[in-house]
Amino acid sequence: MSSSPIGSGKRPGGPRGSRGTGLSRRGFLRKGAAAVAGATGLAGALSPLRALAPADWPTLEQFFQSHYKEMTPPEKQAVLERIAREVKARYQVDAEIDDPPPLVGVEYVYALNISRCIGCRRCVFACMKENNSSRAPEIQYIRVLKMQKGSIDVETSDHHYNPPMVPEHDSYYMPVQCHQCKKPPCVKVCPVGATWQEPDGITVIDYDWCIGCRYCEAACPYWARRFNFAAPQVPADQLNVNMSYLSNRPRAKGVMEKCTYCLHRVRRGRMPACVEACPTGSRKFGNVLDPDSEVAYILRHKRVYVFKEEVGTLPRFFYYFDERGSRYREPISTSQPGAEL
Amino acid sequence: MRRYFTFLWECGRISFVGDWRYHAWMTALTVMSLLGLYAWCQQLVHGLVTTGMTDQVSWGLYIANFTYLVGLAAAAAMLVIPVYVYRNMHLHDVVVFGELLAVAVIIMCLLFVTVDLGRPERALHLLRRFNFPLSMLTWDVIALCGYLLLNLHICGYLLYSAYCRRKPSPTFYVPFVFIAIVWAVSIHTVTAFLYVGLGGRPFWNSAIIAPRFLASAFAAGPAFIILTLQIVRKYTTHRVTDDALLTLRRIVQVAILINFFLLGCEAFTEFYTDSAHVASARYLYLGLHGRHGLVPWIWTAIACNALATILLVLPASRALPTLNTACVSAIVGIWIEKGMGLIVPAFIPTQLGELVEYAPTGREIMVCLGIWAFGLLLYTVFVRISVPVLAGELTCEQRYGVKGS
Repeated sequence: MSSSPIGSGKRPGGPRGSRGTGLSRRGFLRKGAAAVAGATGLAGALSPLRALAPADWPTLEQFFQSHYKEMTPPEKQAVLERIAREVKARYQVDAEIDDPPPLVGVEYVYALNISRCIGCRRCVFACMKENNSSRAPEIQYIRVLKMQKGSIDVETSDHHYNPPMVPEHDSYYMPVQCHQCKKPPCVKVCPVGATWQEPDGITVIDYDWCIGCRYCEAACPYWARRFNFAAPQVPADQLNVNMSYLSNRPRAKGVMEKCTYCLHRVRRGRMPACVEACPTGSRKFGNVLDPDSEVAYILRHKRVYVFKEEVGTLPRFFYYFDERGSRYREPISTSQPGAEL
Repeated sequence: MRRYFTFLWECGRISFVGDWRYHAWMTALTVMSLLGLYAWCQQLVHGLVTTGMTDQVSWGLYIANFTYLVGLAAAAAMLVIPVYVYRNMHLHDVVVFGELLAVAVIIMCLLFVTVDLGRPERALHLLRRFNFPLSMLTWDVIALCGYLLLNLHICGYLLYSAYCRRKPSPTFYVPFVFIAIVWAVSIHTVTAFLYVGLGGRPFWNSAIIAPRFLASAFAAGPAFIILTLQIVRKYTTHRVTDDALLTLRRIVQVAILINFFLLGCEAFTEFYTDSAHVASARYLYLGLHGRHGLVPWIWTAIACNALATILLVLPASRALPTLNTACVSAIVGIWIEKGMGLIVPAFIPTQLGELVEYAPTGREIMVCLGIWAFGLLLYTVFVRISVPVLAGELTCEQRYGVKGS
């Protein structure tokens, strides 16, 4: 209460300073010094930005790039060419980047036989290589849970098992990846519509549109989404050069990514990398709309269950058991391969 | 129009004028803000890897502070309702400080969301493709920006009228005041729904989050205002009566009791049922499988809230020192509870049962302190400007020498 100069609306301008017209020399020097100190402080605060490489600054072309769904074919072509140039500049490799459209009359479904999975994590490895996932920091779309026999509670699972040999006694394995839900909460929550569900059921991300708010990561019940907390690192000689816009092209820091069922492969009639890599044939993939497909057969005839069915997102990823041929019961018949199907 | 720019210029000028304490305070806040900006620039260069967040715990201190501050912005509504609905004259002279606080706090909220973005330079994508009404985040953008504009308009109009020595015309601001009351409730509700709507997060997926959020906001906000008004009273010529503070005390009193009751409801549902649903709450309050990261924090919060509740229901808190203790205690308690206590446990254990704990890094804390300092800086400037303007000491007459028409 001793002094209350703030309440007065007069112009003090400093104790002996600039009352009246004009500035005194002292007042001027003081204000000048304050302005210089402020500007220096601001420049110092912004100084870390000097470490940004020229390529880190968005070009006008990138800044005004349209959302994937709003691009005209020539625009899309220009963007694909630009990305190829960027890959060339960064990795010195010629990549083939395109944008395969969804196939008509196809809805992809995944089925995973948990009575056969041995937890070898070859799917994880194949996925990482196929999708140009960051090696440092590590980003993997598939997480294999070692489950305790007699429980499907993931809270008792071991994510970081590392025995000399798999499978281990008294445990089973449950690989989890994106379930490509029919009612995807991640799509619902995205504020800018950077992620959506394609007509063939695959949920994709426009990496050039994502703002990195990570709301989708919070919304996903299957922990299927990954964020690039740092610039992803992939050795140039390990780069998979067959890329597509919506799946495995190199990502940048600060955006989300996820499993796309290897969209660039499956839309050309190939199997996802994880299916090809599985040594036990636990992974099955196909078009559920085709009644003769393997997955359609599995859904009709096998003991199928949906992980976290209660969250109601209607996954396109199913786990199933064998009645026979389980690695827990009897050996798979070698005389009649596939008889248990 | 020219006069309006003169007004803005005068506001800018006067915010640099004050005694040495004012300058020291402002310099300290500026330095803190710049340090925060420095840390954020480092984050821009390296990515969010400079924070303690991971794919497992993907929201941390930034969103925690954001959530708490949305609550603090309620302070305005709690001042406005008694004045404009119940014609409480004690608070009439100070209501504008609540609205100005809301402006500063909402700007802080927007900053906290911005620093949490991985690609802040793409924030404009919101304007080009807005996933409304599906995404609750878009609702929150509308709610926060709308609330900011409403309060800016109300404060700006009242101050400018005082500057022009005009009596403010009710048609230009009273309707907005009533819209702002409803809007204040909506910013909490929408922010709570941001979390509540996620089926994959059992800790959040509960109807009680929104009401609890409101109750704690209506406690922390006015508690903050009680302290602020005393500072205004001490360092400026603005008149703040004890009755105004005691009116606010009653608001905090009721809100904090309701908050405690709702906490009990939540704890009972979780722990008596004791289903798999309880894992996050168990982690928060008791620790889970040997991980106890948040346990000391939440019990500190509960102790603070309990102390505040006890002090506030006792007549002793009619004395200002006791009331201030209760307010500080409530502010700290609710900051922990609505911040880290609400956001982080929802991620632990993860959706796949993994237990990864979260601790903010130094740089993350620096960014947060920077935003807090910047918010306080803004609020100090607002108070600095509004006190002489409302007192009629800074008017257009001084400038033009004629009475404004």
